[in-house]
Amino acid sequence: MEAEMTVVQEQAPEAPEVPEVPEVLVSVRDLKKHFPVTKGALRRKVGAVRAVDGVSFDIVRGQTLGLVGESGSGKSTIGRTLLRLEEPTEGTVIFDGGDMADLSTSGLRKLRPRMQMVFQDPHACLNPRMTVSSIIGEPLVEHLSMTSRERNERVEELLGLVGLNPEHANRYPHEFSGGQRQRIGIARAISLNPDLIVCDEPIAALDVSIQAQVVNLMEELQDLLGLTYLFISHDLGMIRHIADRVAVMYLGRIMELADVDGLYDNPLHPYTRALQSSAPVPDPAAEAIREKIVLEGDIPSPSSPPPGCVFSTRCPEVVDRCRREVPVWREVAPGHGVACHLVPAT
Amino acid sequence: MPVLRVTDLTTRFNTQDGTVHAVNGVSFDLADGEVLGVVGESGSGKSVTMMSLLRLIPTPPGEISAGQAIFEGDDLLSMDLGDLRKVRGGKVGFIFQDPMTSLNPVVTVGDQIVESLTVHQPGRRKAMRARALELLQLVGIPSPEERLRCYPYELSGGMRQRVMIAIALACNPKVLVADEPTTALDVTIQAQILELVKGLREKLGMAVIWITHDLGVVAGLVDRVLVMYGGQIVEDAPVDEFYAQPRHPYSQGLLASLPSATSPGEKLVNIQGQPPDLRSAPASCSFAPRCPHAFDRCHRENPVLSAVSVTRKVACWLDEVPVLVSAQSDETAEGQAGHGS
Repeated sequence: MEAEMTVVQEQAPEAPEVPEVPEVLVSVRDLKKHFPVTKGALRRKVGAVRAVDGVSFDIVRGQTLGLVGESGSGKSTIGRTLLRLEEPTEGTVIFDGGDMADLSTSGLRKLRPRMQMVFQDPHACLNPRMTVSSIIGEPLVEHLSMTSRERNERVEELLGLVGLNPEHANRYPHEFSGGQRQRIGIARAISLNPDLIVCDEPIAALDVSIQAQVVNLMEELQDLLGLTYLFISHDLGMIRHIADRVAVMYLGRIMELADVDGLYDNPLHPYTRALQSSAPVPDPAAEAIREKIVLEGDIPSPSSPPPGCVFSTRCPEVVDRCRREVPVWREVAPGHGVACHLVPAT
Repeated sequence: MPVLRVTDLTTRFNTQDGTVHAVNGVSFDLADGEVLGVVGESGSGKSVTMMSLLRLIPTPPGEISAGQAIFEGDDLLSMDLGDLRKVRGGKVGFIFQDPMTSLNPVVTVGDQIVESLTVHQPGRRKAMRARALELLQLVGIPSPEERLRCYPYELSGGMRQRVMIAIALACNPKVLVADEPTTALDVTIQAQILELVKGLREKLGMAVIWITHDLGVVAGLVDRVLVMYGGQIVEDAPVDEFYAQPRHPYSQGLLASLPSATSPGEKLVNIQGQPPDLRSAPASCSFAPRCPHAFDRCHRENPVLSAVSVTRKVACWLDEVPVLVSAQSDETAEGQAGHGS
């Protein structure tokens, strides 16, 4: 904990673009994304999957916001809506001071180079018929006017940055292992010097020893290029390592949002506690004495969320009020917000 | 006498690109009632080893070229296929990773459990139906009577995996082989399944082989750990000793690379390099190219799994001089890892 603090303090004066007051790069307010459920030949709308249902958070420039939750909690949809790969149903996304809803198509296109994405499956996100140099060079062709020589130089520089041999630029994705392909995906994401990178479970498909390599690379690049990450993962251990702030999601809503130390040392929401206790600890002695909260049942369907608190169907501490009233978002400590009736106001 | 004794198991796949040496001389014992964790990265041969035991690998291209697997006095690898069928799903239960693809989508859950009983313990249909109901209760499925008539698509991932476990347990197996049964599930559902398996194991007293790549799951569940790398077992140790003092450099690297082993803000320790290419038979230690302690002999000779104490076995030349090197190796491991990528 202390080590992290000193690291942050040491870096602040070195990087000139980081001002004294933390600058908010992305500000999301009451974001909703509902996918319609249609029926019959006329595709009549009969309901909606509430993938993201009223979510607000800020991401500070140069920091990492971790987004954790189970499958179906809406993590990936937030990432995609943020980048406007999905149109939001409601709510605003402010990127670097400008409301993205005001932008025209061409305005949005100008903004695209500043926000990039690293995908989960390194086998599916690279075109198998393109060479590595054309994969990494494609964003450069799209958004910049470079000569092919400049472009090749940039591709070689990027390959070096992500720890791949620049001589392999003319190989095809199938010639690389999973970890190396993820490095190619990262090189493509940083090719246009973006501000924000949405990392959608970038290490979930990799082996343990390779995960550490990729996470280290991402942290190095963050320091080197001043990148801001939205890091989506279901791995609480890795989120603790990489994130500055963490949002815990359940069924399209944020249950708790806090600094990483606050969330892990003092989890307030029953779901956060259950999630933490579900993650097995790689230490047999600790595992034997650890208090385990095992949740009953499954995550409800986002097309018919329960009334009141969405977690009320599985919450071990549920009271009557939870089933009737939707808990309001409250900030109970500086920078530590929670949506739960049971957490006393402080 | 162990319930299962595997010696020198070797499995190859003869493909167009050459022979893949997936499992190279694997030997281990499984004691009665023991939970054995098998860990390793993808391609390390965990699954192929266990599939080979029941001859579930497709032949060709697969070929079990050597070895023995003695289960209750008989060799599973050479016995008659008809006899083997009685073992599969009868005395040895199998749970696969993906519950969606291993259940039949057009047969109800109840019928799938009854099918397994019909093959191994035929009786009156009513009695088997009652047994199926009992099994669903055992694995903690709510309102089991209704669920018997459900099709797999009507159940969630966690429920399907419970059905898989119920089928595997149907005939009271002596050994349960679970191949990454919780990898496809969310952490809260994984916690449910782990608690269930721990409870069942106490109740039924069967031996379990649990294949996983999650070192956290292993810590809370198993008695003994086998670490596989490049189709070989590189370490065989009781779970407490393994986590307290891993002996093989690969085991050390694996445990050190976990985010919980590093304090936040520090760089993660990683194992440099890539997993081995299995297209040539191992002539030297397959971990040597990534090993921070490798010396001449590692590149020339393949170390065999040999006992370093009463309870532990390690396949590493460093352990020829165990006391001196293990004290020194911990320090160098940290020093080497600090370089990062």
